[in-house]
Amino acid sequence: MFEPTSITIDEVVPTAKRMLHDGWRLITQTVFDRGEEGFDLFFHYDRELEELDFKLSAPRGTVIPSISGVYFAALLIENENRDLFGIAYEGLVLDFNRSLYLEEAGDPINAPFCKISTFTKPIREV
Amino acid sequence: MKFDLQQWINTGRLKSPWVAHYDCGSCNGCDIEVLACLTPVYDVERFGIINVGNPKQADVLLVSGTVNPRNRVVLKNLYDQMQHPKAVIALGACGLNGGIFQEAYNVVGGVDKVIPVDVYVPGCPPKPEAIIDAVVVALGKIKEQLEKADRGQAVNG
Amino acid sequence: MARTIIPFGPQHPVLPEPLHLKLTLEDETVVEAIPALGYIHRGLEGLARGRDFNQMVYVVERVCGICSCIHALCYCNCIEKLMGLDVPRRAKYLRVIWSELHRIHSHLLWLGLFADAFGFESLFMALWRVRERVMNILEATAGNRVIISVNIIGGVRRDINGAMLQHMLLDLDAIEKELKPLYSTMMNDYTVQKRTVGVGVLSKEQAYALGSAGPVLRGSGWAQDMRQLKYEAFEDLDFEPVVEHEGDCFARNKVRFREVFQSIDLVREAIRKLPDGDLAVKVKGNPEGEITFRVEQPRGELFYYVRCNGEKNPERVRIRTPTFANIPPLLAMLPGVQLADVPVIALSIDPCISCTER
Repeated sequence: MFEPTSITIDEVVPTAKRMLHDGWRLITQTVFDRGEEGFDLFFHYDRELEELDFKLSAPRGTVIPSISGVYFAALLIENENRDLFGIAYEGLVLDFNRSLYLEEAGDPINAPFCKISTFTKPIREV
Repeated sequence: MKFDLQQWINTGRLKSPWVAHYDCGSCNGCDIEVLACLTPVYDVERFGIINVGNPKQADVLLVSGTVNPRNRVVLKNLYDQMQHPKAVIALGACGLNGGIFQEAYNVVGGVDKVIPVDVYVPGCPPKPEAIIDAVVVALGKIKEQLEKADRGQAVNG
Repeated sequence: MARTIIPFGPQHPVLPEPLHLKLTLEDETVVEAIPALGYIHRGLEGLARGRDFNQMVYVVERVCGICSCIHALCYCNCIEKLMGLDVPRRAKYLRVIWSELHRIHSHLLWLGLFADAFGFESLFMALWRVRERVMNILEATAGNRVIISVNIIGGVRRDINGAMLQHMLLDLDAIEKELKPLYSTMMNDYTVQKRTVGVGVLSKEQAYALGSAGPVLRGSGWAQDMRQLKYEAFEDLDFEPVVEHEGDCFARNKVRFREVFQSIDLVREAIRKLPDGDLAVKVKGNPEGEITFRVEQPRGELFYYVRCNGEKNPERVRIRTPTFANIPPLLAMLPGVQLADVPVIALSIDPCISCTER
């Protein structure tokens, strides 16, 4: 079953460095939006078919330190989270500025996966 | 009999339609069926149909999938680069009206929201036979456009 | 030296899909590659809000048409684990048969496109002719050629009867026989070697550190295949990951071709060991809890995170597809190569953009 270890925001980058040193591979990060309370950010690592997960719970608007400096592979994942959940990252290697997927990104609070967002699908006529 | 150059060109256009294919946000199902049409089992080259990469050389545009805000610009560009007479075929349920993706936030809708569509091919994904049939139907549309042009009327689209 | 920026894609003859790379060139050599995604982004994960957990099976199948069966398999496994369902053994075997058939057709499709990318069109045609035999099996057993929708929560939707299984065995023999000469062409032909050997090398350390998955990882010498996790019927089947050590395009090509033969053997073995029994179990109630699950797609490791709260709609479905993981390795391979090699290298990761962007 899925049992992630909880970490705090200061431990994000040190954990990533330790995992890289121990030979773990980053699978991905997952964001789960909990509405007003904030969001959960999961880090999934893999080594020889074994999976290890970390969980960071943070209030809305928290700036997350980017681990793309440690794991280059995190760069697309973090840009994706930035686009779709409006999460701010600090220290991204390559910053798409919320335009990886979305054409008109708008306000982070109106990101498509944000639960308290007032985003409605616009009806466009061409 | 007097040699009619225009008639000669028109025959060539109808006997060998070149198609350009653009994947506009489909799940790949339709795209691999378009490619399957080119291969020995279905072999559309026997009808003179060739898949070209350059829209300027194409008579028929095959579009699969839904349109999203980013690729609609590309789709419009491709359509504008094609020479008259031209026909557009929308492939698959999501090319018609968005299909299963209709309610997704980044989906504008069917192909006809951006460019005029001549032939709709239902199915998820349509079978290669249906795609070949659609190209043949599209040729009828091109023929209509040619006849209009011959009569000196403006070609719309 | 002056630098030029050349856009590669989104509409490009070798790619059936819009992959867009911004290539910075010095003369003919690539210095830097930056991906531009978003041409196929639809937001499928967001559809989980309005669909119940049974309907989501059909949505995740349409993440990618080429490996639709395996997406559904992974999602069904997540929900079944959350609900504590015990899937009948026959259903587990049938799922393996269909998913391995999907792997065969996906790899043959890719091998054909790869041959087309370096201009070997007759090989493309020959490979796709063989592929049509697999498509015929899929159509005969499931009713559709591409999106076969056989997996449901709790089992499978259809059975394969004995006569059809015998027919499949004969067809698999024919496929293997037709593929043997194509394999020797792909491995020994001068043109293929000239275009692929030593091109786009990814070292063993790089492949792991950049988080690559599937044939890209195995082509660089790592024996990691998610089928080793023994999901579904793989616990009873003989299975050894295919590994090559060179890490270039040729090695990835070889991994995939050898996996086709391996999958044919796996299907044969599954048919031989296929037990009798029910096709599906009844589903009662709603799933609750969170879970991650990984399976092996033709392109590599597919990762699902599903969270449910006891209501009929899943709260969150997170899909990490193998191509998404293979884009950073692609960016690492491109600097230093010639512009003419870019299509071959880009194809060698087997890009599936509709998977990547969902």
